[in-house]
Parts: sequence; structure tokens; C-alpha cells
Amino acid sequence: MKTTGAILLRTLLERQGIRTIPGIPGGAILPFYDALHGSAIRHVLARHEQGAGFIAQGMARATGRAAVCLATSGPGATNLLTAIADARLDSVPLVAITGQVSQALIGTDAFQEVDTYGLTLPITKHNFLVRSASELLETVPLAFQMAESGRPGPVVIDVPKDIQNEEIDVGPLPEPGRAMTADACPDGEIEALARMLASAQRPVLYIGGGVISSGAAGLACSLAHRLSAPTVCTLMALGAMPPSDPLFMGMLGMHAALGTNLLLEEADLLFAIGSRFDDRATGRVADFCPRATVAHIDIDRAEIGKIRRPFLGLVGDAAPILRRLLSRLPAQDRPGWRARAAELRSAHPLRHPPRPEEPLHPLNICRFLGETLPSDAIMTTDVGQHQMWVAQAYPVRRPRGLLTSGGLGTMGFGLPAAIGASLAMPGRRIACVTGDGSILMNIQELATLAELDLPVAVLVFNNAQLGLVRQQQELFYSRRYEASQFGSAPDFAALARAFGIRGERLDADGDPLAELAEILASPGPCVVDIPIREGANVLPMVPPGSANRNMILETEPASSHA
Amino acid sequence: MPDPISSTRTPASVIELLVRNHPGTMSHITGLFSRRAFNLEAIVCVPVDGGATSRILLLVPDEPRLEQVGCQLEKLHDVLELRLRPDLGPSFFAGIAGLMAPEPVSEAP
Repeated sequence: MKTTGAILLRTLLERQGIRTIPGIPGGAILPFYDALHGSAIRHVLARHEQGAGFIAQGMARATGRAAVCLATSGPGATNLLTAIADARLDSVPLVAITGQVSQALIGTDAFQEVDTYGLTLPITKHNFLVRSASELLETVPLAFQMAESGRPGPVVIDVPKDIQNEEIDVGPLPEPGRAMTADACPDGEIEALARMLASAQRPVLYIGGGVISSGAAGLACSLAHRLSAPTVCTLMALGAMPPSDPLFMGMLGMHAALGTNLLLEEADLLFAIGSRFDDRATGRVADFCPRATVAHIDIDRAEIGKIRRPFLGLVGDAAPILRRLLSRLPAQDRPGWRARAAELRSAHPLRHPPRPEEPLHPLNICRFLGETLPSDAIMTTDVGQHQMWVAQAYPVRRPRGLLTSGGLGTMGFGLPAAIGASLAMPGRRIACVTGDGSILMNIQELATLAELDLPVAVLVFNNAQLGLVRQQQELFYSRRYEASQFGSAPDFAALARAFGIRGERLDADGDPLAELAEILASPGPCVVDIPIREGANVLPMVPPGSANRNMILETEPASSHA
Repeated sequence: MPDPISSTRTPASVIELLVRNHPGTMSHITGLFSRRAFNLEAIVCVPVDGGATSRILLLVPDEPRLEQVGCQLEKLHDVLELRLRPDLGPSFFAGIAGLMAPEPVSEAP
């Protein structure tokens, strides 16, 4: 069959099951855009390549399957970098396809030439610079296989323009790339783990995003109950255990409830499943779970012992390992330990004014969203105080119910990720909780949202500040507020209307939460500007570098403008 | 003149890699060392199997993170095999250093 590189690339993507590709065209990728004309693949035109990258991430995070984003060479590729790096740190399967100048021009500082291969080398699982059209036959399936296999991650395929135009004869097409099954753990290791768990007095499950990737959330919950083990989640694992579960202790670490961090001090066995001992979770590593021996399951062998040497480390996919573990683990009742967890939880609740007194306290809004949004709603967040308030108080009821930038901590993630989640999960209500700082970092995607008319509600927690920066300056820099206060702010409701989207601003007087419920009940996109108290802090908080037991519980009421 | 390699203070290990030989493989390997703040004292690379693959010898300091270095190298797509070469001490690299910096035989032009 005679074809071109561009048509071959399109065909291979169609065979991968790709139905939607966000991106932005430009000179070096135009042959491929021409091949998309008339294809079954729907192209979603983002308004900035970073937006396209995060739309693809929203699709991938909502489904667990690799999603594709598209950009041209030069600035198109560099604008994708943040979304690619973000996917790397949160282990999100992403295939980024970039145009490149023709091979004859590579190395000549041609128009819109940049070394995409070199730039993406440290932020991808792997990257390819395609050197002939026939290479696509191997590269494209391999890119998907790599993105989805083992620990998922981003893969870049950089395709020079002459290769998109190259005419070739192709024979039978390769099978689509699929996630490969991880090697099974030896029986002996599972048995050793079962013995170790059975002999523990005070076990705690410490589950991370790997449990979501593996589809092992239900198994992890069964294990927690089999062992009577209280369970802590990383930010990436919220949703793995229902928040109503009596064994659920919420998020651990820097912004945990104090009782959760104290429980980890008492544990004699820490069972880490798909978690990577991130510094925001562990605090000062030498003081993390000081009484506990560690068992660790991870699909990435390099994570075992990277931060904390485990007594027992199992390399493999969490779901089959937990299934085999459950098949040989008798129920163990630890009533004293369960009671201790319940005691610590009730002794150290999150502190905030009651709802009637301050309905627009951030924690009250998050709880209210939990009551108001449909149970299958998907929440995305940006990065900052609002993100941590959501993690503390919004009940994430199912895996992939919260999409958030954990590792890289990218402001600007929330809106495009919400668009992507909505494209991947039609009919679901999507809420993006963001801040007045974060939303401006990808505000242009409101145009994409207006065009697509998706049920995405953008909720701006507006304190006229870079709140988490201001909080750190208050706590650790003697209230010297440098560059954390905005001197002017847009009218977000008017801004939304300018984009053709419903825009509202809640009034703290009256019944703002009832108004919010009314707005969320109507279909279609909206932006809701929610004024919150300017000095509100995310508490409790472990000072960076400190042991998790040393939490700041209260701060003096801060003057909003120092 | 003290030899720069044999006089390194920390004891060192030699890692041998079998890698796919194509443009970019070396960038992936050296990039990994700089990104993860691992030290890389010396590197030797020669093509084998008619050029389809290359063998690389890396001289790395013996530190607790050596195991992590190995794990991260093994994750690279283009790294096909990894093994330690305790039989090749730093003296092996010192020999190469000798070849690369011979005594001056003539005046520079």
C-alpha cells in the first residue's frame, strides 16, 4: 500500500483506539494535520500547547489509558514541556507528538527549530526522533506500550516534516501497542509478606497513586479490613478508599490531620503500596514512622529502597500481588489498634468555623461540594491552598475522582485537565477548584471550553493572593510579603462572560452556598468567583524539612495586607 | 604527576552496560547521571555486534546510592544489560587515561 508518513501516523493512532487529540497546528506538523482532515479522530483545538498537554493529561488521568497531544516544532514543543514533565512526575501515560523541521534543516538553527529530543530527554520515560517514515511502524506502537506498561509515563515522538511527507510502501500494519503484564512475584515473597503482616501489632497501609494505576483500590480496601489496618493515602491516591470507611485516615504528611501523622508514629509496620515516600508525605525522612518496619510493593524496582530501606520489597503490579496476598491471609482483628485510630481521628479534627458562621470558609465550601456534586463527579484542582483544602475536606469517593498535579505541582493544570476529563467521560459533571493565581495560568482554555460547551464548573477560590506563598511568608519569612499579593485582579465572572461562558460571583452575605448549588445544578460550563478570607491558611502544616509530628496547628489571625 | 583517576578518594565500581547503538543513547545515560546528581568519573564506549549495540564501561564512586544508579540505568529503554565488573578496577581506567594523555613527544605546532 502506498502512503505517506503523515497518513501512516494517523492510521497507527486510529488503530491504537485514539479518538480525540488536543493540539495546536503549525508549519512543521501541517502534513499530519492535513492527514487528520476527514479522519475519525476528532481534533480539539486548544489555545496554548500547554493547555493541549493538560487536556490530554485529563483524558489519561480520567481513564488510565494513554492519551495523545499534538504540537508543532519550536515554541509548540517547548510549550508542551511543562505538561510532559508533569506527566512524568505523576506517572501519567501520555504520548506527545511534535512536528520537527525537515531533516535537512536539523542543526541549522532553522525557523522554529528546537532540539525537542534533547529538551524532553530528562522528562520522559523515553523519546524518539523519527528518522524515516518506516520507523513509525515500530515507534508508534512501542510508544504506547511504553507509556502504559509498568509505571506509566510520557513518551515523545518528534517527527520531522519531510518524514510526514515521505511516500512509502507499507505491508501489513503492526499490532497496536498495549500495556505489558508485569512479571509475577515469586510465591515465597508473597508468603513472607503474609507472615510479616500477620505478626504485626499496629500495621498501617500507606497507599499511593500506583494503587489507582493498577486498578487495585478495591483490593487495598479489602486488605485493610482483613488486617484491621488503618489506611493513609497520598494526594495521588485519594479516592482509593471511600472517605466514609472507618479505617480511612485521609492524606498523610505536610497537610494531614494531626491524628493521622501521630498514628504513623505509633505504627510497627508500614505497608507501602504504589507510593514513593515523597518528601511532602514523609516530612523529615529519618523521623518518618520511626517504630515501623517497612514492606513495600512497587512496579518500579527503582522505588524500592530509594528513600527508605524496606524489610521486604516486592516488585510487581499491585493488583495481582494483593489478590494473591488476600487468598492466603486470614482475617485479623485488632480491636485495640482500630480503637486507637478512631480515637486519634476524633481527637484531631480539621478546625474551621461552623458553616452558618462562615459558609465561604474554604473547608466549608469543599465539604459542601462533597454534598452537592453527583457521586460520580470528577474533581480537578490547580495548585496551591485550594488544592490542599480539597485534599483535606472534599470526599473523593472513587478512584480517578480527583485529578491533581501532585509531583510537579503545576499551577494551570486544573482547567485544561477538567476539559480533558470531560471529553473522556461524557455526561459526568466536572468541577475544577482553582485559585485566582492558578486560573490565570491557563485562562485561555476558557475559549476551548466555550467552544466545546462541556459540563465543567470552574470554581475560583479568590483571596487576591498567591495564597500558599503568602502562607509560607507568614509562617517562615516573618510576614515579609514579597510578590504574593495581587495589586489588581480581573472580574472573573465578567471574564467568563467575555469568553461566552456563564460567570457568577458569590456574595458572602445572603446564602452563597444555596446560590452555588443552583449554579451547579444547571448544565453547561460556568465560572464561579468565590471570595474567601484573605488570611486563611491551610492547617495543620508541617514546616518543610521537619518531622511530621511537628505540626503547626494554629496561626494568629493575619492581617491581610501587611 | 598524580593520576586524576587512581587518586580519587572514594573507592569506585565499574558498571558495564550493553546498549542499543543509536544517536541519543549516550545522552540518555549521561543525562540520567546529571539529573539524579549521581557522580560519573569515567566512561568508555565501543560498538560491538557490527554496530547494532555498544558496550559501555562506567566508573562510578562506591556510595550507598550505587544500587539506585543501577536501578535507574536498567529502566532506560536502550539499556539491554547491566552488570558490575569487579574485575576491572580503577587501574583499568588509569591505563586508558595514560593512553589519552601520553608524555608530550613534540612541541605543539
